[in-house]
Amino acid sequence: MSLLSIKNMDVSIGQYSVLHGVTFDVPEGGVFVLLGRNGAGKTTTLRSIMGLWDRPAGSVTFRGEDISSLHTSDIARRGIAFVPENMGIFGGLTVAENMVLATASGKFDDTRLKRVYELFPALEQFWDKQAWSLSGGQKQMLAVARAIIEPRDLILIDEPTKGLAPSIISAMGEAFREISETTTILLVEQNFAFAKSLGRDMAVIDDGQVVHTGAMADFAADTALQDRLLSLSMEGA
Amino acid sequence: MNTLGNMIERAGGVFLLPVAIAIIAFVLIGAPSSWLTLTVAGLAMGMMLFLMASGLSLVFGLMDVLNFGHSAFVSFGAFVAASVLAYFGGWLGSDSIVLNVMALVFAIAAAIVFGAALGWFFERVIVKPVYSDHLRQILITMGALIVAEQLILATWGGTPTNVPRPHFLEGTIIVGGSSLEVYRLFAFIVGAVVYAGLYLLLNKTRIGLLIRAGVENREMVEALGFKIDRLFIGVFMLGSALAAMGGAMWAGYETLITPALGAEMMVIVFIVVIIGGLGSIQGTLLGAIMVALMQNYVGFLAPKLALASNMLLMMAILLWRPYGLAPAVK
Repeated sequence: MSLLSIKNMDVSIGQYSVLHGVTFDVPEGGVFVLLGRNGAGKTTTLRSIMGLWDRPAGSVTFRGEDISSLHTSDIARRGIAFVPENMGIFGGLTVAENMVLATASGKFDDTRLKRVYELFPALEQFWDKQAWSLSGGQKQMLAVARAIIEPRDLILIDEPTKGLAPSIISAMGEAFREISETTTILLVEQNFAFAKSLGRDMAVIDDGQVVHTGAMADFAADTALQDRLLSLSMEGA
Repeated sequence: MNTLGNMIERAGGVFLLPVAIAIIAFVLIGAPSSWLTLTVAGLAMGMMLFLMASGLSLVFGLMDVLNFGHSAFVSFGAFVAASVLAYFGGWLGSDSIVLNVMALVFAIAAAIVFGAALGWFFERVIVKPVYSDHLRQILITMGALIVAEQLILATWGGTPTNVPRPHFLEGTIIVGGSSLEVYRLFAFIVGAVVYAGLYLLLNKTRIGLLIRAGVENREMVEALGFKIDRLFIGVFMLGSALAAMGGAMWAGYETLITPALGAEMMVIVFIVVIIGGLGSIQGTLLGAIMVALMQNYVGFLAPKLALASNMLLMMAILLWRPYGLAPAVK
């Protein structure tokens, strides 16, 4: 059974219909990558899964339960974390305060905190600094760290490499690889080289519809398909 | 130049502005005793404005709600406190400080409870249906302010209501040749205690952490598993209760109140919030103190400019810092 199953999801924002019958399954474990051009509907898909738009038509099933009508906070409590495109960190709060807000009890599990420090050493260094003072890469690390400080079944991550330096992207890739050993990641990404290096399964979304699903290895090997579906030269592929 | 800027920033930055205003006023006024009287009056008024405005700032920052009806809570707080004080008139006139204090505590507590309950009703019935629609928020909350004014008119009548003061808060004390009203000192202390309480609530508790996070990014707070609706109603009730408390304190300060009190305070409360920056308790305190000091100093130095002084202050600050002096990080 899939961990997350989306069937015929329609989403309208105001008078605009953005997603039309989006359907795909995210299997448990590893990284599932959602690819697509700008404006194709990738971010809307993630936000709809998190309940951040009005209730979508169709179904969003997580571990067999339809979560499409649940409140965002209830979806989060089911074990789904969200790292938005703008990272969603609280700039006026310290790194420590950002992290403690992501815990259910307000207390850290020492083992998990140690793991966060190992994955992202900069966070330990800037623990008591206000988050606005961090660099772009450190902010992204904080956003991801917040998603893993509690046990989660699924993490939705929206374009984590956007605007980051290559060395940071590489470190982020290592961290995602390690996280995906215990937690499923649904990753929206435009950096195909990064997506290819991490993804096990994938889907391509175009004009609000899923136009391809399959194994990342197969898609990565088929440049003609990539060109047709993404209209990109696959920079860095 | 840069070094000077860094030094000022380290010493307190924009929070030194009231000190700068006080120093300039000291030079212009010339007479230290008059300056001290005006300064204490300004600080007391500033603390009462802080009480009235802090809730509005939090509601604005956290809920993105433009509540033009906020001053209805100020009015109701003032009138409820006046009624309770009148009911306990015998205790107020007594020489027993215990009875004096009890009457005052009952009056302020009644204003706070009434404000919180009214805030609950206001949020559920009037504000909730118009979340995310600023135009409707302005229209409906202004309408609610008019209705509140009429309710006060119907309940307490149109003639000015006398507000009796507890005996122990009457009179003045002389400090360094300056005559300082006891009530003003009391208002300053109450405001400072409430500020300290709010500061601790926002900075040392998990609820406070959630409020500060919600002011910055409501959506993300929900995505972390918290129901922001519950926080909204709690903050709205807290803000309403604080405004009612501010109204109660103001009633004791003015000793004569009319149903138009809310509308009169509305403009000045908004100026405080805008100057201070949305969603920030420290900013609201700064804005309130600056507005009150300016009003008192200018009222003494150039009475005809007193009314315009706060508008000019707001214009100057917005030209310098369009988001206010110390807004919450967004």
